[in-house]
Amino acid sequence: MFSTTEDPGPDFAGLIRRLQVPSGAARTGEQAPGGPGGPAVGGPGAEFRHGTTVVALRFADGIVMAGDRRATEGHVIAHRSMEKVFPADRYSAVAIAGAAGPAVEMVRLFQTQLEHYEKVEGVVLSLEGKANQLGQMVRDHLPMAMQGLAVVPLFAGYDLARGTGRIFTYDVTGGHYEETEHNATGSGGRDARTTIKLGYRSGMDRDAAVELAIESLYEAADEDSATGGPDLIRGIYPLVATVTADGFTTVPEEEVAERFASLIERRRNEGRQP
Amino acid sequence: MTMPYYVAPEQVMKDRAEYAQKGIARGRSLIATVYDQGVAIVAENPSRSLHKISEIYDRIAFAGVGKYNEYDQLRVSGIRHADTKGYAYSREDVDARSLANLYAQYLGQVFTHEMKPLEVEILVAELGIGSRPTQLYHIAYEGTITDEDRYAVLGGETESIAERLEGQWRAGWTLPEALRAAVSSLAGPDQTLSSADLEVAVLAQGNGRRAFKRVVDAELEAQLS
Repeated sequence: MFSTTEDPGPDFAGLIRRLQVPSGAARTGEQAPGGPGGPAVGGPGAEFRHGTTVVALRFADGIVMAGDRRATEGHVIAHRSMEKVFPADRYSAVAIAGAAGPAVEMVRLFQTQLEHYEKVEGVVLSLEGKANQLGQMVRDHLPMAMQGLAVVPLFAGYDLARGTGRIFTYDVTGGHYEETEHNATGSGGRDARTTIKLGYRSGMDRDAAVELAIESLYEAADEDSATGGPDLIRGIYPLVATVTADGFTTVPEEEVAERFASLIERRRNEGRQP
Repeated sequence: MTMPYYVAPEQVMKDRAEYAQKGIARGRSLIATVYDQGVAIVAENPSRSLHKISEIYDRIAFAGVGKYNEYDQLRVSGIRHADTKGYAYSREDVDARSLANLYAQYLGQVFTHEMKPLEVEILVAELGIGSRPTQLYHIAYEGTITDEDRYAVLGGETESIAERLEGQWRAGWTLPEALRAAVSSLAGPDQTLSSADLEVAVLAQGNGRRAFKRVVDAELEAQLS
């Protein structure tokens, strides 16, 4: 029970800071290992898991978000079925690229923060408010980012007040920028962005948007060694989700698998390289 | 120098209890009952924004009667406790029993040590999963905690309301049955309560991770008719 002046209100990150609950994502002003200006912890010999390509694009009813499943430690594949696209709450999704450990921790804190706010205040935070919150968390992470453990999320959701999908991208300083159509981040982000740019039409429907997201990840995996493509042997496929007025929905794995299969098939038939 | 009066501790406690009871009895009552799909909580509350019933965690709900500012403060600290615990450990480690104990300790502490006891009575309801049963914890203003597995009545006139509800209670009843019985028990023989006078929420299986859901407007009308 806090006194009225000390009360952290609906701020969960502020609450755990006050209660000194250990958290990788909520430390403010604290030094990352190595001390101020210390050696970059991501240097040779110290390998950390990294997440890679995530994309988001807007379609007529909302947004599509997708991410590959590979995590790497240096040149080694560390994990084949990592999830990088998460529901932030009922009407928004967050995808992560960068150092996997702090990124997953940041998502967990972000999810708890949004739900905490909703329960304490009795209303849901606006989409803009959620984007700002995530920006603060990325900014708090800056000392770690300076030492090689950067986390760069991608945030998108359905704005109930405006009745449209919206996408926000971030940089390591917590700066966030609204995208009108699409964006991608991570090591394969450039390749994914190019693919989306070529195929994007404003007001496209869900199926076309999911298809384009899948194609962009396919291209990114083709060019970038740290991005995993569809793993037909193990049956591991990129994670695709949509957020519309009906909320966050994961695209069923069978549908994703089928779309990859038909993509390869189509390209073969067209005489292009798959 | 004036000598302080001697007041027997029994008297102090009696006075405080009386004070708290009076405050609680002024407010309107609330019923929580277990039904076939979970827990239904029905409160007499004409306000649409100042809630008596709210969500604490995935499978835990909170309800309070008495002074709004006092039970609302308890509600917020409950959410903080649950969210902090779920974040530090895991979501499944958050349980209603430890939360109810915490509330009971706090209320007991305030009752014996502070000038004024809290004029509230609260309920912590948990929807069962696996080996964990569905449970209602009823915590009184002085920290007395009782656990129920059928129903709980909070507020003033609890005896007559509980009596009316007992006559209708049936194990495994459906939501409409439970709601109708709860509403008629709250209303008593002399008045009727419409959906505008009620605040209703459920913790129901099948609602996904967050089992708490408010039953409002058209849905409430449909359940009551």
